[in-house]
Amino acid sequence: MKGVSRMTQQEASGTMYTPGRKPQDVLRHSFFLCGERDRIKQVFAKGNQQLGNMSGKPKLTYFEGRGRMESIRWLLAAAGVEFEETFLKTREQYLKLIKDGYLLFDQVPLVEMDGLKLVQTKAILNYIAGKYNLHGKNLKERAHIDMYVEGTMDLMGMILVYSFSPPEQKEKQLASVLEKATTRYFPVYEKALKQPGQEFLVGNRLSWADVQLLEAILMVEELKSDVLAPFPQLQAFKARVSNLPTIKKFLQPGSQRKPPPDDAYVATVHEVFASK
Amino acid sequence: MAGKPKLYYFNGRGLMETIRWLLAAAGVEFEEQLIEEKEDLEKLRQDLLFQQVPMVEMDGMKMVQSRAILNYIAAKYNLYGKDMKQRAWIDTYCEATMDMNQSITMLPFKPADKREKAFADIIEKATTRYFPVFEKVFKDHGQNFLVGNQLSRADIQLLEAILTVEELKADILAKFPLLKAFKERISNIPTVKKFLQPGSPRKPPIDEKGIKKAMEVFHLIDD
Repeated sequence: MKGVSRMTQQEASGTMYTPGRKPQDVLRHSFFLCGERDRIKQVFAKGNQQLGNMSGKPKLTYFEGRGRMESIRWLLAAAGVEFEETFLKTREQYLKLIKDGYLLFDQVPLVEMDGLKLVQTKAILNYIAGKYNLHGKNLKERAHIDMYVEGTMDLMGMILVYSFSPPEQKEKQLASVLEKATTRYFPVYEKALKQPGQEFLVGNRLSWADVQLLEAILMVEELKSDVLAPFPQLQAFKARVSNLPTIKKFLQPGSQRKPPPDDAYVATVHEVFASK
Repeated sequence: MAGKPKLYYFNGRGLMETIRWLLAAAGVEFEEQLIEEKEDLEKLRQDLLFQQVPMVEMDGMKMVQSRAILNYIAAKYNLYGKDMKQRAWIDTYCEATMDMNQSITMLPFKPADKREKAFADIIEKATTRYFPVFEKVFKDHGQNFLVGNQLSRADIQLLEAILTVEELKADILAKFPLLKAFKERISNIPTVKKFLQPGSPRKPPIDEKGIKKAMEVFHLIDD
């Protein structure tokens, strides 16, 4: 099938972007579980944008922060795949990406790999997991992995909402995150790991589910450092999976892992998206 | 003992409707256990991995998380493309249709003062972000299906999204002739045609009573 190739400027202006019309809602950064903040806009820095992919490595385009790209970074890193990153800093940069036909639905994350311009976080994650054998060896294993990752993505989505919550809502949102983590999510994974000899969540080998679980654990620990106290299996899991070579490397300073969103990052995101 | 899949959910569309569509399109008969009261949900709790529905019992599994369920059904019934790249395209398109559907599903639950804007936003996104992309896909390849020249979940989910948006604005496809033709074509596939007939498991849009009930029961499981 003919892929969605680069659109010419003419085509672009005829379909998705009308010159002269104020671009609205050009970037959607939707959040799980909460309908509040689904409009975030980006501004792009001037400067050279090398949009070609010369090295053969996957190329990630996103903010310089976690957001929805972080799980993708984790998965590539766990698979031992080196990748390059372009950071979105100005609106012009973003509009150019749209005009040049890179963002199928005007949204990031964008991952260019294997000749594809992949958008939609879950489509990207499915592709990477499948390609690098982290998605189980049959349909049933895949189903279990999918269930587990949907759970951790829901939890991490709540944390994303929390980081963008206004100050007056933060405390309540934080309490909700910690409550769900300790009563809805962590007990499930604790139980799954309880069986003797069960080192990984599914199929007795590392999968996407384990990578995401570690990512989620570390994220929640950033909010409450002793959150794993009641979960001995998760503590052991965390130590074990953190020591796998590719993951150990990703956890070291200087890797492409991004820090938690701080006020400055949140302010930048709000700023670069023209508010409605 | 292989039986029909059994769907556990409220008597409404919500997050289960796409699953009903996909099973129906695949020609798979299924049963439904409708959750009417809080007590029904309480009784079910130990079978729900994350205390949430949808839940689908099939092939010895109690599957939760709508995407996990959809992925499994699509793969099992050959509605997921024939290779990884086709699957990537299908996933991309399906994520977009699910974004559209989710906005519409959540619309009745928005506070009254936010509903008009949310409605306008749905229509705008449909006509400027999503439908133009799908229209162009058909324009570029001239085939009958979105991906790989054969029916996939992407076609089913796009049809579902089209019909759902049309319920909000009947002439939404006015500027999309290829999507109009697509809609007719897919609606006429025998399994889909059957699902579109009265008396099928397809659920109607939620009404005031349904909204009240959902909020009552939902409150129990999601804050």
